[in-house]
Amino acid sequence: MALPQQKVDATEARLSSMSLPSSKGWLGKAREDALSRVRLMGLPSRRDEYWKYTRPDTLVQADAPKAALFNIGEAPVFSGIDRLHLIFVDGVFDPEASDDLELSGVSVELLSQVGDKDIHWATGLYGSLEQDGQSPVQRPLAALNSAYATEGVLIHVTGAAAKPINISYLQRDETSDACLHHVIKLDEGAKLTLLENGPAAARLNKVLEVDIADSAEFRHVRTQGRAHERRAATHIFGRLGERSVFKSFTLTANGVLTRNECVLELTGDSAVAHVAGACVGDGDFHHDDTVFITHDAVDCESRQVFKKVLRNGATGVFQGKILVNQVAQKTDGYQISQSLLLDGDSQFLAKPELEIYADDVVCSHGSTSGAIDEESLFYLKSRGVPHAQAMNLLVLAFLAEAVAEIDEEEIADEIIGRLTNWLERRMS
Amino acid sequence: MLEIKNLQVKLEEEDKQILKGVDLTVEPGTVHAIMGPNGSGKSTLSYVLSGRDGYEVTGGSASLEGEDVLELEPEERAAAGLFLAFQYPVEIPGVGNMTFLRTALNSQRKARGEDEMSATDFLKLVREKAKSLKIDADMLKRPVNVGFSGGEKKRNEVLQMALLEPKMCILDETDSGLDVDAMKLVSEGVNALRSEGRSFLVITHYQRLLDHIKPDVVHIMYDGRIIKSGGPELALEVENNGYADLLEEAV
Ligand SMILES: Nc1ncnc2c1ncn2[C@@H]1O[C@H](COP(=O)(O)OP(=O)(O)OP(=O)(O)O)[C@@H](O)[C@H]1O
Ligand SMILES: [Mg+2]
Repeated sequence: MALPQQKVDATEARLSSMSLPSSKGWLGKAREDALSRVRLMGLPSRRDEYWKYTRPDTLVQADAPKAALFNIGEAPVFSGIDRLHLIFVDGVFDPEASDDLELSGVSVELLSQVGDKDIHWATGLYGSLEQDGQSPVQRPLAALNSAYATEGVLIHVTGAAAKPINISYLQRDETSDACLHHVIKLDEGAKLTLLENGPAAARLNKVLEVDIADSAEFRHVRTQGRAHERRAATHIFGRLGERSVFKSFTLTANGVLTRNECVLELTGDSAVAHVAGACVGDGDFHHDDTVFITHDAVDCESRQVFKKVLRNGATGVFQGKILVNQVAQKTDGYQISQSLLLDGDSQFLAKPELEIYADDVVCSHGSTSGAIDEESLFYLKSRGVPHAQAMNLLVLAFLAEAVAEIDEEEIADEIIGRLTNWLERRMS
Repeated sequence: MLEIKNLQVKLEEEDKQILKGVDLTVEPGTVHAIMGPNGSGKSTLSYVLSGRDGYEVTGGSASLEGEDVLELEPEERAAAGLFLAFQYPVEIPGVGNMTFLRTALNSQRKARGEDEMSATDFLKLVREKAKSLKIDADMLKRPVNVGFSGGEKKRNEVLQMALLEPKMCILDETDSGLDVDAMKLVSEGVNALRSEGRSFLVITHYQRLLDHIKPDVVHIMYDGRIIKSGGPELALEVENNGYADLLEEAV
């Protein structure tokens, strides 16, 4: 089907403002393929069904809208955790500030340094999981990323990683437009925890492709930075082998526009995939979580748990889908999305979807929107807890089910600490 | 301690008068009981005293140690020493009982200008109080009242009272839903708290509780008023004859 002319024009306008990075090696081909995908699909527009609740204009336009730097004067999240620390500033790797790329059980390389090689393990993964994730729903911003990204890390995990890898994204330039593409490959039985934090840039387009072999475990916890004016479109594409585990949790606070897509395919039997998110928005912020989980194997479990606390005009969006193909018998699928609206100015837009072709499955989904429970609030206050503190306790309690998706206690505590600080600053 | 004068209360949302002039004075160190038929306004009185939304005070006053409590926020009333053991304790999913108890205790200490209690001291204190009420560690770990049985919820109320050591304790049907042994435990918990500086207002339907917690004064509430006050024998009269005679007498 031919694209509408308007879409072609908008796409070409964006592409003409960029130049395709040259890579002589394996990466060159991947980029060209990705670019042709972009041209075929066209970049998202407001008319697209998949962008019904979130306006893509500022993510698509040539220049990144300016975003003021934001300093909260707080130690960065995950500081207290023993980790391999990698730092990107406005989307560019900072070797001085980062740790050496050495970690037992893991090889870490930079996309900027290996693209010219003839052969690389990431061939066949880079842009490829993204490509698989373009059907049945198109995700053109991810293809755009595969074509143009020059920065990112390629992580090959061969055993149990000795400690988590933490990638921090700093923003120093009010107009920076970052494009980051990471590829992670976990061999059979390998284990890795990836931590990400920070605003990254005025505008961020990030893709994370994760290939999880049989019995491997990938855990992911990120915080997206409280910079008020930042924008981000992120995609995670994951492929899960037999008995493998994928668990991802995202804390989103503030940010004028955030669209997080997570696209997972469970291809091996008895795989487990959990995607969770806690969003807190107080002001003119827009958070969109779009999740698509495809069950292609027997006896797999998937869980989606999203909680959003909204106030002062904040908007929360959740589009979540569980697709259970005919082969995927004994699927256990669960999806919940809930919002806590702290005033009448905020809104939550949810589109939960189940599409099931197998007959022996247990799938449930639910979506709710509600206010603070007045009975609980009074009960707390009647015990002497001041109003603001009682509100914070109830907000944290509301978010608890999502935070509980984080397996490592130390990391969960970091997230709870951040949430508490945020609440104390914003709500009192 | 507590002085209620001609207190009149209506529902905020509806034009419905519930308390029609309640007069009640509770002296320091005494136990007062309130009995009365269903719907007579006993819980409403306890809610209004503790500051719940939804009621409008249309007349009269209520003061705690001379301070007008009706002007205070619920948390200020708590810090001033007022405590209500709820007829229907609230379940709060996601808030751990321990977190709740510690936050409550420390909030009150802070409001009174005292230091917060350390985590270890607090733990010791809770364990000790919980033990005497036969509240096990599991109940302390669970979210506030979630999945607690009716009787467990009531014991949890008394645990809060024991920890917070309020001056004016209002117990709204704390005995309902308790088995015989739990009733004894709860009564012992309450009796252990009895002291010169602490008063109790015990709302109940049954004489049985008053066998354990001996009241100094018993009041009968009917249709938003205290229609009769007397000694412990008044509770026995209700137990034996019901309310009919008393109501007739009052009319
Ligand atoms: N929020 C409300 N909306 C409507 N009616 C109310 C409300 N609160 C109280 N009432 C009414 O006020 C009256 C007094 O109620 P209250 O709960 O105080 O009675 P009570 O003496 O505690 O009764 P019980 O012995 O059954 O606990 C009842 O008729 C009740 O229906
Ligand atoms: Mg009652």
